Amino acid sequence: MKFSALALLKQALSGEPWPEQWRSPEPKPAYDVVIVGAGGHGLATAYYLAKEHGLHNVAVIEKGWLGGGNTGRNTTIIRSNYLWEESQKLYEHAVKLWEGLSQELNYNVMYSPRGVMMLAHTEHDIQSAKRHIHANRLGGIDNEWLTPEEAQAFCPILNISRDIRYPILGAALQRRGGTARHDAVAWGYARGASALGVDIIQNCEVKGLRRAPSGAITGVETTKGFIGAKRVGVVAAGHTSVIMQMADVQMPLESYPLQALVSEPVKPVMPCVVMSNTIHAYMSQSDKGELVIGAGTDAYTSYSQTGGLHISAHTLDAICELFPVVRRMKMLRNWGGIVDVTPDRSPIIGKTPVEGLFVNCGWGTGGFKATPGSGHVFAWTLAKGEPHPINAPFSLDRFRTGRLIDEAAAAAVAH
Amino acid sequence: MSDGFRIKGGRIDRAKPISFSFDGTVYRGYEGDTLASALLANGVHLMGRSFKYHRPRGVLAAGAEEPNALVTVTRGGGRSTPNLRATQVELYEGLQAESQNRFSSLGFDIGEINDLAGPLLGAGFYYKTFMQPKGAWAKLYEPLIRRAAGLGEAPRHPDPDHYANRFAHCDVLVAGGGPAGLAAALAAAQSGARVILADEQNEFGGSLLAETTATIDDQPAQDWVRATIAALNAMPHVTLLPRTTVFGYFQQNFLGLVERVTDHQAAPPSAVARERLWQVRAKEVVLATGAIERPLVFAGNDRPGVMLASAARIFCNRYGVLVGRRVILFTADDSAYAAALDLFRAGATIMAIADLRTNPTGPGVDAARAAKLPVMPGTVIIAAHGRLRADGVTLGAIGEDGAVRAAGDLPCDALLMAGGFTPTVHLFSQSRGKLTYDEARQMFIPGTSVQRERSAGGAKGTFALAAILAEGHAAGRDAAQKAGFTSEAHVAPQAKGDIPVAGGFVGAVPQPKGGVKGKAFVDFQNDVKATDIIAATQEGFRSIEHVKRYTTTGMATDQGKTSNMNALAIAADALDRPLPQVGLTTFRMPYTPVTFGSIAGHARGDLFDPVRQTPIHGWADEQGAAFENVGLWKRAWYFAKPGETMHEAVVRECMTVRRAAGLFDASTLGKIEVVGPDAAEFLNRLYTNPFSKLEVGRCRYGLMLNEAGFVMDDGVIGRLATDRFHVTMTTGGAPRVLAHMEDYLQTEFTDLKVWLTSTTEQWAVIAVQGPRARAIIAPLVEGIDLSAEAMPHMSVKTGTICGVETRLFRVSFTGELGFEINVPSDYGRAVWDAVWAEARKHDVCAYGTEAMHVLRAEKGYIIVGQDTDGTVTPADLGMEWAIGKSKPDFVGKRSLSRSDLVKPNRPQLVGLRTADPGFVPDMGAQIVPVANPAPGSSAQGFVSSSYDSAVLGRSIVMGLVAGGRARMAETVFITRLDGAAAPATIVEPIFYDPDGERLHG
Repeated sequence: MKFSALALLKQALSGEPWPEQWRSPEPKPAYDVVIVGAGGHGLATAYYLAKEHGLHNVAVIEKGWLGGGNTGRNTTIIRSNYLWEESQKLYEHAVKLWEGLSQELNYNVMYSPRGVMMLAHTEHDIQSAKRHIHANRLGGIDNEWLTPEEAQAFCPILNISRDIRYPILGAALQRRGGTARHDAVAWGYARGASALGVDIIQNCEVKGLRRAPSGAITGVETTKGFIGAKRVGVVAAGHTSVIMQMADVQMPLESYPLQALVSEPVKPVMPCVVMSNTIHAYMSQSDKGELVIGAGTDAYTSYSQTGGLHISAHTLDAICELFPVVRRMKMLRNWGGIVDVTPDRSPIIGKTPVEGLFVNCGWGTGGFKATPGSGHVFAWTLAKGEPHPINAPFSLDRFRTGRLIDEAAAAAVAH
Repeated sequence: MSDGFRIKGGRIDRAKPISFSFDGTVYRGYEGDTLASALLANGVHLMGRSFKYHRPRGVLAAGAEEPNALVTVTRGGGRSTPNLRATQVELYEGLQAESQNRFSSLGFDIGEINDLAGPLLGAGFYYKTFMQPKGAWAKLYEPLIRRAAGLGEAPRHPDPDHYANRFAHCDVLVAGGGPAGLAAALAAAQSGARVILADEQNEFGGSLLAETTATIDDQPAQDWVRATIAALNAMPHVTLLPRTTVFGYFQQNFLGLVERVTDHQAAPPSAVARERLWQVRAKEVVLATGAIERPLVFAGNDRPGVMLASAARIFCNRYGVLVGRRVILFTADDSAYAAALDLFRAGATIMAIADLRTNPTGPGVDAARAAKLPVMPGTVIIAAHGRLRADGVTLGAIGEDGAVRAAGDLPCDALLMAGGFTPTVHLFSQSRGKLTYDEARQMFIPGTSVQRERSAGGAKGTFALAAILAEGHAAGRDAAQKAGFTSEAHVAPQAKGDIPVAGGFVGAVPQPKGGVKGKAFVDFQNDVKATDIIAATQEGFRSIEHVKRYTTTGMATDQGKTSNMNALAIAADALDRPLPQVGLTTFRMPYTPVTFGSIAGHARGDLFDPVRQTPIHGWADEQGAAFENVGLWKRAWYFAKPGETMHEAVVRECMTVRRAAGLFDASTLGKIEVVGPDAAEFLNRLYTNPFSKLEVGRCRYGLMLNEAGFVMDDGVIGRLATDRFHVTMTTGGAPRVLAHMEDYLQTEFTDLKVWLTSTTEQWAVIAVQGPRARAIIAPLVEGIDLSAEAMPHMSVKTGTICGVETRLFRVSFTGELGFEINVPSDYGRAVWDAVWAEARKHDVCAYGTEAMHVLRAEKGYIIVGQDTDGTVTPADLGMEWAIGKSKPDFVGKRSLSRSDLVKPNRPQLVGLRTADPGFVPDMGAQIVPVANPAPGSSAQGFVSSSYDSAVLGRSIVMGLVAGGRARMAETVFITRLDGAAAPATIVEPIFYDPDGERLHG
């Protein structure tokens, strides 16, 4: 059933229940492709496999409930103002898809290009921001430099006093950056994929990867039994290492807790997204009115989805310095996720040494923004057995060749 | 207005009347009132509007679980606090509160139109529409929705209040000061354990503060509370924290508490913190957090005047307020009869007690029947009526077949709901403890503990007072014992005469066939109805986490304290699955919302981050230096004379250094003393350069790589003795380099005998650079031959300067003759003053970091982090000479031979000579092959350093350009933000004195 205002009206008048948004089938004995992990990336992959590559005999298996990992825990920032050309192409591919995603899926994912503003507090920050702006403009991606006054005009509650510990010296603004509704992304892709024949199997944990004598993947052992597969795509975020280990593939990943928090809902006060890498905080306001706040990862690797209070405290120190009017507001909810971080802070999307086994992981703290693009190119990779030109540079192999895509690099501390 | 609903009794202080206002109307209350109790005393039930439908709402509860009565309290000076629960706002003289989320008034809210449009606005409706045309969401729909959403308004001014932060340890932390918590605290304290007892309310006692019939140790319950508090107060090892919420349970028995210090005061002293965050490490924890009553789910259960029975009893007994004169109760729990009896004795007419149970029994029922109250077994409320205030109900009789038939209407002005109690297991769950489901009593209770805690009383599902006290006592003793304190033979307090919680109901109340008109709410604040939850399950949302997110149930500011169990039961029923299998949503920190300011504490303004200053900072400040932030350091950036611009100052400073000399405060430079018999070998392994053959008294430039083979830091390393090196590194890199070294020393190179000591702050460093450098310091230095022969470039000697021990380096970051005088920090300023006095004879100046940057760039010296970015190898920098070819290994060596690191077209450091000598490109500008590259083009590199060089009379530019070193004299273009890219020629990255004649002078 197509969603629309008219459909809402009809349903309201008739009182008929809506049909289920996705089926919840039991697994078939075998599929052409099995995707491990029903987060945004995994579901998007399944959707594009069916939609663009004609592969309908596809299953997405999920240990818990779909969209329950980092998809449902992140702070929903979308932007493509990355430094390196490879990253720009990947994230811009995603932004282009975001722009039409609600219509594509017939599901309102609430993509809201309200502008992402990244603050500069030091001379080194300015150099780094300008480098990004020059690189982005060359790459055809919008990004502009704002003076402190212009930054405040864009976000009126920003404190641009020169007398604070780290005064704001300017900002880089990507106007096409913004936010989206994270749950809707997972649900929209799930609904779309399910309608195209994809089986989404929740509460189904992978216990092993079965391989032929040749070494090629033949399927996955799960808590719901063996499921055969010609190809397997692992999209399991923080638990990717654990699953890949089942095929004796060691991943260059470290898993860290990443916390986020929201305030109580208030009327609109924050029109855009503001990020500060130097003093470690970012904030936006959800459509419901909650201030959505996050920062960097905890310092130590862990699989525990709770972090330390001192990390939230440091985040809120910074938020209250940048936005002094929010100091009296209240933290309503704090939560953690597990992020999988690669040595160069860029994802791994592509083939593995095991035939038939593919992986999409290492999104670190910023994978949500890439969801449509990631799924799109990973579907291509699974369908054709070879990477799409956009994800070709993001191979697992790059850690052997040294062809890193180091987005953390340009943020190195100055002399 | 008159407070006509005020009755006798209660714990308010009638000698202290208080005048306060709500939405501009002035009312009277008393000290001890909450805003909610005082408004109810004045007959005001309508206190808020709901989130989505803007339904008129009254107070539902009497405490932290209140979902409806949210207000904004303002108290001047920018002090505006939205979304406060009226049930927790303590009254003070002059309190000003405003209702929220209504336009234009609480009584008439235009937003209530949403209520009529309800059928269109079911669960998740916004995912199904607002999609056309493309782009309209952000431009049209979202702004409208955002304006309608939200509750109160964010403050408009910076908060003038301040917040304190305390860290504490204790043997036993007791969370909750009701009967269980008091008994636990007393038992633990009597054992000698250091106890912290925290309770969110203004006074201890919990449910006992509204208790009328029970006795403890043969005295009225409230007398026992008073005596117990007095006993605890008398013990110096007990800390009592009223108005303090234990909001978070973290790992290793670390708990977060927030104490509200001044919000209840009419005129708080400005010196006192508004709130105080306690971060407590407890050996043992007792969770005595009580239980929260559940509403019953039926049509109109959200009308103002419909509230929890326990709340009505608290308002009656604790605050002396009658919530209505004609009261109907709707219960599935014996404890509601206690409320009925108390309200009856206080003068209310009990119109009916509708009991869901067909054959209710118990002390409460018996007492009510004895008092001739109209007990109606097997009866439900089908609907409550009234808009701004409940004015009646439709009753329903449950037949023997279980079917419900309408059984007439009854008027009322208050309707009390008693659906049983839900144990408050938030903290237990936060501690990662596993809950178990008690099938018979339909409640989740603490199961397996993970941390050192135990629950007692209502939090564990124990409701009879005698049992609560026994359990609290045992928990306190157990906690003390496990913390190492052996209990004396105290006995648990004995109680009788209470009417305990017994029974309860979860889910939607049975209804007549075909349903009824009207909305039956599960989550009041977020307007989630029973039908929304059923609809969500029909749409395929089968996990409770999905149901929660799709319907938003449990996601309001009360975090589902009154709604989660009902939502779960309705979902389980709709899915036809056992309730525990549908799951329970995660309990997240904090228990109740916590002020950002409390968590941030004193970390604001100057205390936001520590400031590191050099010993010479004060001098620079006196000279009017501008400072820049570098890491935590404040570094002198430039020294503008009056009337000088920054550019003019930097030009003067650079020219002075080249002409005569300049003084530079290099104290921030990172320093590590590397000592031990294997010190040279350690440096061999950590740096690309060889150190074994470095002579004592000589220095070597060191390049440090990470494992990936990329440059991570650099610096000059001086050998002071065969087993002692003075290692320097970048200012910003110092902590990282020490961590890197320690990491390797402790995990990889455990065979080496080496000690590392950070000495960054032990040495002040005064750089004297320029042709006159030797002449300036010569008169002050003793015991060191400064001649070029005895002390060539890259050497280090020890001696004295101005009588102070010094490590004198002959090094240069300017290309000029230069010395760096290291003296103990305490002498830094004195030696600087002496050198400065000497220097002035030579017409020199002090220069800052900006001039330093220009001077080094003129020489093509790199700055790690500016000319490198974590992707640059030594070869990319043309620094193969820094790699010890004969060394068997060093960190990063293996990576340097990886295929991508030996490609010929890697970005390489080159100079760029702009065609226009006045064009100073942005640092970070991109290098492109044409003036107007098409959008989406690839870059060939970027500008890493770019300055206006006074001595050369033109711009100087360094950059990393693909295959650059083989492209000398080639023309490339440098991007600009304000026009076409500008041409430049690739040149060697050294612009001044290429042969280094000045350096060796």
